[in-house]
Amino acid sequence: MTAPAGCKMLEIRDLTVEVEGKEIITDLNLCIERGEVHVLFGPNGCGKTTLLMTILGFPTYKVKKGTIMFKDVDITNLPTNERVKLGIGMSFQHPPEIRGVKLGDMVNIALGRKEGTIDERVIELGKRLNIPVQFLNRDVNLGFSGGEVKRSEILQLLAQTPDFLMFDEPDSGVDVENIELIGDLMNELLGRDKIPSQRERSGLIITHSGFIMRYLKPDRAHVMLDGRIACSGIPDEITKEIMEEGFERCVELCGKRVCKE
Amino acid sequence: MSQEISDRAQRAKTKKALLGEDVDLEQYTTEAGEHQPITSLGEIAKDYKQDLLEAGIEPSEKDRSGSFLQRDRSVVFSRALYKGLEVMSTTDALSKYNGLKDYLWKAVPVDADKYTAEVELAPSHGYFIRAAAGSKVTIPVQACLFITADKIRQNVHNIIIAEENSELHIITGCSVSHAVNSALHIGISEFYVRRGAKITFTMVHNWTGGIDVRPRSAVMIEDDGVFINNYILMKPVKSIQMYPTAYCVGKNARANFQSIIFAPGNSKIDVGSRAVLQGEGSRAELISRVIATDNAKVIARGDINGTAEHVKGHLECRGLMLSDTSVVESIPELKASRKDLDLSHEAAVGKIAEEEIQYLMSRGLSEEEAISVIIRGFLNVDITGLPDELAKETKRMFDLSLQKVM
Repeated sequence: MTAPAGCKMLEIRDLTVEVEGKEIITDLNLCIERGEVHVLFGPNGCGKTTLLMTILGFPTYKVKKGTIMFKDVDITNLPTNERVKLGIGMSFQHPPEIRGVKLGDMVNIALGRKEGTIDERVIELGKRLNIPVQFLNRDVNLGFSGGEVKRSEILQLLAQTPDFLMFDEPDSGVDVENIELIGDLMNELLGRDKIPSQRERSGLIITHSGFIMRYLKPDRAHVMLDGRIACSGIPDEITKEIMEEGFERCVELCGKRVCKE
Repeated sequence: MSQEISDRAQRAKTKKALLGEDVDLEQYTTEAGEHQPITSLGEIAKDYKQDLLEAGIEPSEKDRSGSFLQRDRSVVFSRALYKGLEVMSTTDALSKYNGLKDYLWKAVPVDADKYTAEVELAPSHGYFIRAAAGSKVTIPVQACLFITADKIRQNVHNIIIAEENSELHIITGCSVSHAVNSALHIGISEFYVRRGAKITFTMVHNWTGGIDVRPRSAVMIEDDGVFINNYILMKPVKSIQMYPTAYCVGKNARANFQSIIFAPGNSKIDVGSRAVLQGEGSRAELISRVIATDNAKVIARGDINGTAEHVKGHLECRGLMLSDTSVVESIPELKASRKDLDLSHEAAVGKIAEEEIQYLMSRGLSEEEAISVIIRGFLNVDITGLPDELAKETKRMFDLSLQKVM
């Protein structure tokens, strides 16, 4: 089914979010169209991860004001699993360890199976990420290296196949051998292999890495500062400004040259 | 000899146990609970099928190498289906084997406390299971101690022997009929793992809130012998106190204890396992998982005592709290009296981490489903050393128990 033109995948309006009584995001607006991939830049602590967790609906992140619309449904107050059912998926930066729950079990859960063993389907998915069967039998995230966490997260998304994918630093700690693999699979998950008019899936990616930028060729970039989107623009230009001038200067420049509200 | 034993028992008649609340034996009678033998397990299954199944007992005897069923104070069924295997009542074994002098009260002291004394002075059978030297039956023997009469004392004495280079697998279930409001189960179990032999012992306790339980178990493991103990308790119990001890007396003897305890209601549970590593190069691993909910009180103990060279022991105790009115106390102990050894322990008690629930919800599970997956995972101890079929069977028993509580 082709979506009507101009249909918004995600629309955030005037969003203010508190975490443990402290305001982290203030009056934020963001619009992601179907088929678009956006990247989020910004210094540590500016609210990038908070934004992703709020879209996912984790209860620690309290929406004080504003709305989050996803595929024209107001999801602002929906529990996480309801949002996931609508098609939201996330690759976490620091997912928790769960003892006795195997990575293979997580894949089955992501596949929507109530009961499941590590069968052919799970093994095949694992292979695509260079994840062997023994690894599928390990307790999820327990003693995983940084790179293993990323591959495990992307494996789970591959099983889940959401329409809107969020990645929180998907390539940090990934070894050289696997970095292209991660890039390829992200491209596949986001449907970047298709021509723009046929792309159905959307993404929002937090990254500091040039690799993701080159590999995914995102459509739009945003710089977050102090809980707001301080400027938005064409990814290449924004990246260039950040590299040359730092975040603050970039915001200053881009405010004049690129962004028009 | 046996006079000396009964004298010691007499003197210990009022000796309270070191641990656990004191049970007044006189509350329970030795007068009732006699039954006629049956010719097949199917007979008893007519009325008690579910109780037996939940304790891991297969009435059809499919995939079992032998069966033993004691109902209340009578042994109503016992037979071995494989060569090299003996399954009978301890009473029969005593007369057949000249009083079992090398085994009876050789691992557990008769005067340990009033419960051991009680079993010596007023025994009601128990099972004798032995694998002959060199016999390796990978299909398990099933043994069930079943209580169907109210207010009784069940005083069993079990002797389990794996002769040299043999292999013996036992599934044992203790169960109680729903008609019983209160009863006392005292079970003495003495295990002998001879040189190069292996015993796996998987025990399901399927009690109800009115039963006091006082098992007293010890295991003697000779050179290269292996003892693997799996314990599953998922039902309420009035009180249980036990601290089975494995003596790794032989070189390279090995003992593994894995306990999975889900404590609901008003259960009072004081359960531990202990390994004495006195054979050179012997090893022990004691693992327990405890979930406490409602008003349950659980003490999870573990003790490794290393007295020989190159021994290695690890103790792991994890508790998960599901209510604010339950209590879990974890008491790990290590004693070392040599320099060339390696003993370690880890203990942790906590609640279900919110971020684990959320992580699972972000893959599509509801909050309830997520909690159930976490609890299942928490209790999921990888049981090693069982034959494939038995491992599956154990998993099935575990899943069955879990379904009842989730």
